[in-house]
Amino acid sequence: MISLAGRDIQHEWGKYVFTGIGLGLLIGVTLTMAGVYRGMVDDGRALLDNSGAELWVVQKETLGPYAEPSSLNDDAYRSILAVQGVAQAANVTYLTMQVRSAERDVRAMVVGVATGEAGTPGWPPYLVAGRQITRSHYEAVADVATGFALGDRVRIRRNEYAVVGLTRRMVSSGGDPMVFIPLKDAQEAQFLKDNDAVLQSRRRTSENPAFNRPGVPGLLDAVITSQTRNSFVNAVLVRLRSGYAADNVAASIERWQRLTVYTRPQMEGILIGKLIATSAKQIGMFLVILAIVSAAIVAFIIYTMTLGKIREIAVLKLIGTRNRTIASMIMQQALGLGLIGFAVGKIAASFWAPFFPKYVLLIPQDTIAGFLAVVVICMLASLIAIRAALRVDPADAIGG
Amino acid sequence: MKGLPLNRRTLAFVAVLVVLLALFAYVALRSGPLAPVAVTVATVESRSVAPGVFGIGTVESRYRYRIGPTAAGRVKRLLVDVGDTVAAGQLMGEMDPVDLDDRIRALDAAYRRSEASVREAQLRRDFAQTQAERYEQLLAVRSTSEEIVATKQQERHAADAALLATRAERARAGDERAALVAQRTNLRLVAPADGLVSARDVDPGTTVVAGQTVVEVVDPRSLWLNVRFDQSSTLGLESGLPTTILLRSRRGAPLPGRVARVELRADAVTEETMAKVMFNSILDPMPPIGELAEVTVVLRAATSSPVIPNAAVQRVDGQSGVWQVVRGGLSFTTVTLGASDLDGNVQVQSGLTVGDRIVVYSAKALNARSRITVVDRISGAAP
Repeated sequence: MISLAGRDIQHEWGKYVFTGIGLGLLIGVTLTMAGVYRGMVDDGRALLDNSGAELWVVQKETLGPYAEPSSLNDDAYRSILAVQGVAQAANVTYLTMQVRSAERDVRAMVVGVATGEAGTPGWPPYLVAGRQITRSHYEAVADVATGFALGDRVRIRRNEYAVVGLTRRMVSSGGDPMVFIPLKDAQEAQFLKDNDAVLQSRRRTSENPAFNRPGVPGLLDAVITSQTRNSFVNAVLVRLRSGYAADNVAASIERWQRLTVYTRPQMEGILIGKLIATSAKQIGMFLVILAIVSAAIVAFIIYTMTLGKIREIAVLKLIGTRNRTIASMIMQQALGLGLIGFAVGKIAASFWAPFFPKYVLLIPQDTIAGFLAVVVICMLASLIAIRAALRVDPADAIGG
Repeated sequence: MKGLPLNRRTLAFVAVLVVLLALFAYVALRSGPLAPVAVTVATVESRSVAPGVFGIGTVESRYRYRIGPTAAGRVKRLLVDVGDTVAAGQLMGEMDPVDLDDRIRALDAAYRRSEASVREAQLRRDFAQTQAERYEQLLAVRSTSEEIVATKQQERHAADAALLATRAERARAGDERAALVAQRTNLRLVAPADGLVSARDVDPGTTVVAGQTVVEVVDPRSLWLNVRFDQSSTLGLESGLPTTILLRSRRGAPLPGRVARVELRADAVTEETMAKVMFNSILDPMPPIGELAEVTVVLRAATSSPVIPNAAVQRVDGQSGVWQVVRGGLSFTTVTLGASDLDGNVQVQSGLTVGDRIVVYSAKALNARSRITVVDRISGAAP
């Protein structure tokens, strides 16, 4: 038995393939949109993964450090270290700002990491070039997405930093690439904004008669020194000893240090449930509409393709072809179109995904779901087309 | 039925499908979870590392003289300005003496008066002495009474005492004057040593309290740096070690120096150890006091042992280690790290042997099941 579908496709294979490619690009866009949504959620997860923490200790009753500002004293980590079950505790600061290199500036999240050896919580867990920070000042490790190269000098507030290492996929929940600098510098960067601001604040203090008293010559200097010192950090990242439950240690720190502590699931809830909830829903809504539109377009294309052959189908009926044969021809063609479209879509999405400014994550589950959806839609669409084809009057083949 | 044109069409269609399938397969294998992770690999070498300590400090003067009055008063005049060179003993300024000069003159007069009093008492005593001697001679020839002689002798003693009193009075007046003159000298602001005027905090006419600095003199030959080092990296820091000093104003020109002393008291709040670092030569022009400097101290080199880049060190399940490439696959090896240098090399005390191949950079986080493909450098990362 000859394949009617194959014959028909052979007849006008160019048109068939191009229709498939067109369809594929549409499917590609849908897959990409799903990837954008997944990428957003993954950015949030990456932020948590990369911090290397199991507990986040933040200012009492705040959702810090990512969703809300939080500040706690930089010696709080010492008492946290003393809590049973804590293996490591490290200060960390986060500050989203413009980082300037020679001629351009990049929006980045500046992370202040405590000194120590590689693997300290907060440090970039892996690098793609260069080395980790070894000096306690003026060195930076940047995400490749910042566009900085090894040896570049970047300016953060009042100081210049040498880029000594590059890493990848270190992003804030908003997708901004991270720049890691030593903690002390980061504390200063958060507080000492620029030289003018420092000067103005010094002037303001010196004009305050309470601080500038002629009878007490050293007072003004002492006040200014205390004003230009920042002993706060945004969070303490805690790693647990094996065998200790995160919830128990968190409860213990909350109770005795009177700070707020989040475990990994809680933090994920904050990031994904609160911080990126609206924008994720926005993308999700768009994805749903795009999927519906794609499905409709696929259905219309198959339907019109069948209607375009209505004369030939009438001829087939005239020569006594069975309905089953005609139906299977239409369905085979529809599925073939779907398969070509899916392949093209997947290829296109994979090729253009890396060029997006924010992370696009194409996960296999989405791809499989997309594949199933394409097959189902093609089948449904072909059913409508089959119904139209079967209702055609064989007399049409000769008439009109 | 099966003509050539149909065959050509079939071939073309099949060709398109094959290309599509090939691309699809490529995409499925090269992206997503099935794709291998690009890694760079290094071989563990044995060599010594020269650990370094990096700190920042400010330029300070070892000898800094803050000159000011010892009592509250008004600045009368200042003869020097910032940047002037002064020699030891040079007059730099003076406080307003107010009535001190008048009081000295008054004491001058009082002194002259007491001198006159001394002269008068001297004359009185000389006369009383002469009288007493004369009457003693008269008594010897019995020409006068004993009572009169006794009176004359008593007068002589009284004159002696009066002379002593006026002399003491004169000495008191002299000392009082000397004291006032000393006070007056104390109002002069004099350079205690050779140096450079680094600050002039007030101007003539200003009232200052006791101990307030009017002029500051530093010794430019005694410049050093007060450097703060992070405590976690200061093992082995000791005086005498060579350092490289990078002044903020002379970025491109590192200066040699040495650690003068490591302070015995560390900063408990900022968790830093302080040390003083001297320049090897006197700087001309002198860097401003308070200028920021970056100081790198090279510690004594550790003995040779396996060395890895610090980028290779990862943390898995709370343990530091490296991903070792074993027969094309990955296995995580926990290591004990030793000394490290500022260029990112770190010694391995245990866990690895020379010749082991370890992952240095990876395009994403690795796990034991990751498929890897070894590349020279990770794409997208600058060399």
